[in-house]
Amino acid sequence: MPVTLSERAATHVKNFLNKRGKGLGLKLGVRTSGCSGMAYKLEFVDAEDPEDVKFDSHGVTVYIDPKSLSYLEGTELDFVREGLNEGFKFNNPNVKSQCGCGESFNV
Amino acid sequence: MALLQISEPGLSTAPHQHRLAVGIDLGTTNSLVASVRNGVAVVLNDAAGHGLLPSVVRYQRDGDVEVGHGALARAAEDPHNTIVSVKRFMGRGIKDIPDAATMPYQFVDAPGMVRLRTIAGEKSPVEVSAEILKQLKARAEAALGGELVGAVITVPAYFDDAQRQATKDAARLAGLNVLRLLNEPTAAAIAYGLDNAAEGIYAVYDLGGGTFDISILKLTRGVFEVLATNGDSALGGDDFDRRVYCWLLEQSLLHTVGDHDKAMLMAKAREAKEHLTDHPEARVTAVLATGQLIDLVLTEAKFNELTASLVNKTLAPCRKALRDAGLDAAEVKGVVMVGGSTRVPRIQAAVGEFFGQTPLTNLDPDKVVALGAATQANVLAGNKAGDDWLLLDVVPLSLGLETMGGLTEKIIPRNATIPTARAQEFTTFKDGQTAMSIHVVQGERELVSDCRSLARFELRGIPPMVAGAARVRVTFQVDADGLLSVSARETGTGIEASIAVKPSYGLGDDEVARMLRDSYAHAQDDMTARNLAEARVDGQRLVEATEAALAENGDSLLDADERAALDKLVAALKTALTDGDLTVIKRASDALNQGTVEFAARRMNLSVKKALAGHRLDELEI
Repeated sequence: MPVTLSERAATHVKNFLNKRGKGLGLKLGVRTSGCSGMAYKLEFVDAEDPEDVKFDSHGVTVYIDPKSLSYLEGTELDFVREGLNEGFKFNNPNVKSQCGCGESFNV
Repeated sequence: MALLQISEPGLSTAPHQHRLAVGIDLGTTNSLVASVRNGVAVVLNDAAGHGLLPSVVRYQRDGDVEVGHGALARAAEDPHNTIVSVKRFMGRGIKDIPDAATMPYQFVDAPGMVRLRTIAGEKSPVEVSAEILKQLKARAEAALGGELVGAVITVPAYFDDAQRQATKDAARLAGLNVLRLLNEPTAAAIAYGLDNAAEGIYAVYDLGGGTFDISILKLTRGVFEVLATNGDSALGGDDFDRRVYCWLLEQSLLHTVGDHDKAMLMAKAREAKEHLTDHPEARVTAVLATGQLIDLVLTEAKFNELTASLVNKTLAPCRKALRDAGLDAAEVKGVVMVGGSTRVPRIQAAVGEFFGQTPLTNLDPDKVVALGAATQANVLAGNKAGDDWLLLDVVPLSLGLETMGGLTEKIIPRNATIPTARAQEFTTFKDGQTAMSIHVVQGERELVSDCRSLARFELRGIPPMVAGAARVRVTFQVDADGLLSVSARETGTGIEASIAVKPSYGLGDDEVARMLRDSYAHAQDDMTARNLAEARVDGQRLVEATEAALAENGDSLLDADERAALDKLVAALKTALTDGDLTVIKRASDALNQGTVEFAARRMNLSVKKALAGHRLDELEI
């Protein structure tokens, strides 16, 4: 499996989907923007795109468009808490450099 | 690296463009901050996991400021410097706080708004509120990991312009950008209406720590319209505590206690009330400064008896709001309960009985307002595309201006939805009048003296014209926050004058309620007063027109007898105007009108002759 969710991340995603009341799963991707080239995309999925690669990780259906897949190969999505702030974090082995705040990156 | 949140499909924010926005419920007793994360509105907790921040600010000798639980814990020890329920003083003058003497604070009467003397100097309620907002802002920024774009702050539906302005000032002082002030019941409706996709007529019963509001809302396909609001700004959970506190004193045969004991017993009273929510009785034990021991048991039945009149006091505004909205209790589809005090079982039962249904309590009544505000903030910050739901709030009291004779001309009627703009044309009263004074008032009464004066300004430079020829267009505009601006424009010349109404602080909510009540009670008097004032204005105009005409050609067109008769009629009307009642003025006006018929006809002939003299018939366009 090229991309995985940590167990904690999967639990939170299921939780959020539940609270939202609808949604098929989670879409991951990258797009070009930001100060250091690329940025991650993390969205709920309401309608399935036939081109997307689809797989299951800890009970969450994950969708990734084929173009993004090469940038995300081997990535683990984790859910962490830092002080009062909590959220998702991409542990991506492909990243060579990222901007100061880490919102965008380069491969 | 930065932590990410899940976005709605297609709405991932670009890096560095996260638009963090929060909703803040700046309450009398407790305040909260909430934000939409991963598509769901959640209350942001502090490091200790508390969601509610007690709206308590304690000023210390060294200038340090303590806010929240720490300050609340010290309230009993340091009552003079620990400001509780500051929201009650927002935008109020000392005369608006009738129970000031029973509070432990040293009030300083300052122009506009009362100030509080603390160990760290004099503080205005705006500054105290700003401390609470600062705390919430810091908490939100730590929790969201970035700077806030803005905040939606909720206010009671009954807050007048002065109180809304004070709230905005407090936010600015705390470094918050106010996206919008939102009425609390509307926020609650957003939290319930959208999350549960409900439609129909809803009542929002909000019994907070210090204020009570009832609002009748109409929810249709995500559009909120506030049909009517009513309430009592001096009624809340604190009053329930006070009843229990008084009972404690009574049972202990005490008359007065020190500030320290008072704050301690108030806290005990509150604990007892909260305990009774799900227990049949509560035990109160305390040791006073005098060493006297208090050990009492308060049963639910006794508590209900003590507070029955308070519960009933909330039902009268419910009835009025329904009447304002033109609805029956049976037409209300659901009742939303807001405010921690609505946990009291007797209140839920009474409200259920009044509306004939079980009230909705499935969202936490303490959090529902903040959650709704967060949802709204998320939309206003631009984080939710394709979403066009509108938010309609209402003007609590009619806005208008003063016309001749001290009468009110209503431009924006009460309960008009905002934002709104209305215009009306006015004209000059006297020949050659070059300026017009515009007096903006708020209230339901017919006479200006019974309404509240908001602002005055003058439109100058109107070209001299005969009375009634100038066209002055006066536009009233109320923005989404409920703040008013008025502009006047003479349409012939385009000259303009305008004013943003920065209301003088000081109109209390109860005053709003009183003004409303008065308008019902005095409906008949008002009509009579209006008729009299109108008759006076008409009579005055008649006197002036006749005198002008007499001066011009009274001698050439009238013989001495005719002239004397007219002079007598004019004199009679003048006397009637100064001290006559409606019928006397009407009779004198009619008499003068009758008496001048012949004179007017001769004047008309004269001017026609003048116009025709020296012209041949074929030169005239007929």
